[in-house]
Amino acid sequence: MSPAAPAAARPPFASLKRLPEFLVIWVPLLISAGHVVTFALWTTWMSFTPSTLVPADGFVGLRNYNAVLATRNWKIAFDNLLLFGSGFVVLSLSAGLILAILLDQRIRGENVLRSIFLYPLAVSFVVTGTVWSWLLNPGIGIQKLVNDLGWTSFRFDWLIDRDMAIWTIVITAVWQSCGFAMALFLAGLRSVDGDLVKAAQIDGTGPVRIYRRVILPTLWPITITVAVIQLQFAITTFDLVRALTGGGPGIATQLPALVVYDFMFQRGNLGRGAAAAVLMLLVLLAVLLPHWTWRAIQNRRAARG
Amino acid sequence: MSALVIRDLHKRFGTTEVLKGINLDIDSGDFTVLVGPSGCGKSTLLNIIAGLETASSGDIEIGGRLVNAIPPKDRDIAMVFQTYALYPSMTVRQNITFGMECRNVPKAAQNQAVERVAKLLQIEPLLARKPAQLSGGQRQRVAMGRALVRDPKLFLFDEPLSNLDAKLRVEMRMEIKQLHARIGTSIVYVTHDQIEAMTMATRIAVMHQGEVQQFADPDTVYNRPANLFVARFMGAPPMNTVMARIDAGAVVVGDIRLPAPEAAAAWQGREVVLGIRPECIAEPTRLFGDGSAPIVITAPVEMTEPTGAETIVVMRLGGEKVLGRVAPDTRLANGATARFAVDTRKLCLFDPQTERLIA
Ligand SMILES: Nc1ncnc2c1ncn2[C@@H]1O[C@H](COP(=O)(O)OP(=O)(O)OP(=O)(O)O)[C@@H](O)[C@H]1O
Ligand SMILES: [Mg+2]
Repeated sequence: MSPAAPAAARPPFASLKRLPEFLVIWVPLLISAGHVVTFALWTTWMSFTPSTLVPADGFVGLRNYNAVLATRNWKIAFDNLLLFGSGFVVLSLSAGLILAILLDQRIRGENVLRSIFLYPLAVSFVVTGTVWSWLLNPGIGIQKLVNDLGWTSFRFDWLIDRDMAIWTIVITAVWQSCGFAMALFLAGLRSVDGDLVKAAQIDGTGPVRIYRRVILPTLWPITITVAVIQLQFAITTFDLVRALTGGGPGIATQLPALVVYDFMFQRGNLGRGAAAAVLMLLVLLAVLLPHWTWRAIQNRRAARG
Repeated sequence: MSALVIRDLHKRFGTTEVLKGINLDIDSGDFTVLVGPSGCGKSTLLNIIAGLETASSGDIEIGGRLVNAIPPKDRDIAMVFQTYALYPSMTVRQNITFGMECRNVPKAAQNQAVERVAKLLQIEPLLARKPAQLSGGQRQRVAMGRALVRDPKLFLFDEPLSNLDAKLRVEMRMEIKQLHARIGTSIVYVTHDQIEAMTMATRIAVMHQGEVQQFADPDTVYNRPANLFVARFMGAPPMNTVMARIDAGAVVVGDIRLPAPEAAAAWQGREVVLGIRPECIAEPTRLFGDGSAPIVITAPVEMTEPTGAETIVVMRLGGEKVLGRVAPDTRLANGATARFAVDTRKLCLFDPQTERLIA
């Protein structure tokens, strides 16, 4: 039978009716996928060319990479990324988990609280960064408020402290995204079989031990997923830092994405900017590849029963 | 002695009353099955017995001790759940010992108890596995192991077999029954499967809409159902119920007259509901029990359903649909009128208003 036969068997306008669905779903998807892939490939190619202000032909091997890796800017950015990435992920997971456990106690007004905690997620990073840059500014923000209330020796000037400034980014990022972790954890807690808790009660377990031994161990898959999503965000952070510290004081809160921006658009060196971007991609893959492998193994195990 | 006494128990969720005055007195060593349709309050009652829910009013006594205010862990009970509720992050062994661990039982005693239970349930090879690596039947066993290891005064089972396939369900049914015979501990077992109730119970409590309709041994529940609900709920296919009239010592259905039980005399000339089990209507050559010649009736056959071991016949009796069970080699033509033997010793009569058994 010819391959066209099943299509001919359908009513004549069936595929036409579904045309809008295809257009709405597939066209944007293909365009954005095309963009991502094209620009990733283009950037990779650029990183091997001697391009400066404008793209240029030629092959320079790893020269751009070596140059980027040798800059103090990149080293600080990378150290910051390690600190920010781990601090942010750990704190936002812990905060999210604690909020989720508290909300899980079936308290009154849960819906309202949940929305409040989730709300920062709806705010753009630029807005978050700007507002927190005011709050953390010692001259106009929290420090001034506490000083004005009478505690005049109170100091909270991390924003302008070279060593502590990176933590302001951590705090802000945690504020922004712990609601997301909370929502996923809460969903995980709610999906725990109620009979498990009953069984534990009959076994004579207190609430703390029920959480520690029975409920929380079921949250591992969610924790890993959230951690990977958060790490992904940490590695690509740009707008938040741009608005909050601009990478300063000095270059104390430099992050890889800012370095890319710096090379490409401030110093007019496309080749090195591209090399830095590819390095970021590699870091991202270093996180994602193990995760994908782990998921694949899990799925195969689940399929085997 | 009573293993469990429930006195005038009420439970309300908001304004809806889910349990409406439950009274049960369960003897020590009994296998009591709570059976009823979905949503009738069986699980709620079991949870209240376990102390996982609090009653709105009423008393619970376990082993002669009032436990209203006692938390689940101190009630000397063990429970098996429909979903097994095995702790997913623990091995089978840890699942079984977790309760002892919480009660600070010494390690040596814990191990001894695990060995004993694992042997009893034949789950020794599974002890190191996680629940996810077990089949449904194995999980079921482990869940029972976790309950058995406590050696409680009372076992509570909430539909423990409903997640198993039909064949395994029958096997486990037997095993639980044997287990009960061996250990002798009182069991309260919830199910909505009336066959499970009939096969396992020493006492059955039939529940409907938050009330106990009948609490008796399986034979009584089956043959002398307390009301029309019980009559129609127990048995597969259930008891036939048709409108009838009492006339001069006979139950009259359409043009058929069956000898009425003596207690029916008070209902002379009045309408009643006749209840008759399908197995009491058989092929005309059948001799029931005492060997005396049975009453033979004629009725139009509407349909036959061979099941292999027997054939279910759908016939008309006084204008109503009635099921009979005949030997599989009986020849019956659809639409034709056929003769059937009726076992009249087991007729039940119900009051059409109150739906209660009258004779
Ligand atoms: N927490 C609750 N809040 C409100 N209503 C409830 C609650 N728990 C149970 N109910 C109601 O109580 C009734 C009895 O519930 P229960 O779970 O005891 O039924 P069941 O007999 O065990 O049914 P099944 O055979 O389906 O398990 C149901 O109508 C149910 O909707
Ligand atoms: Mg139930």
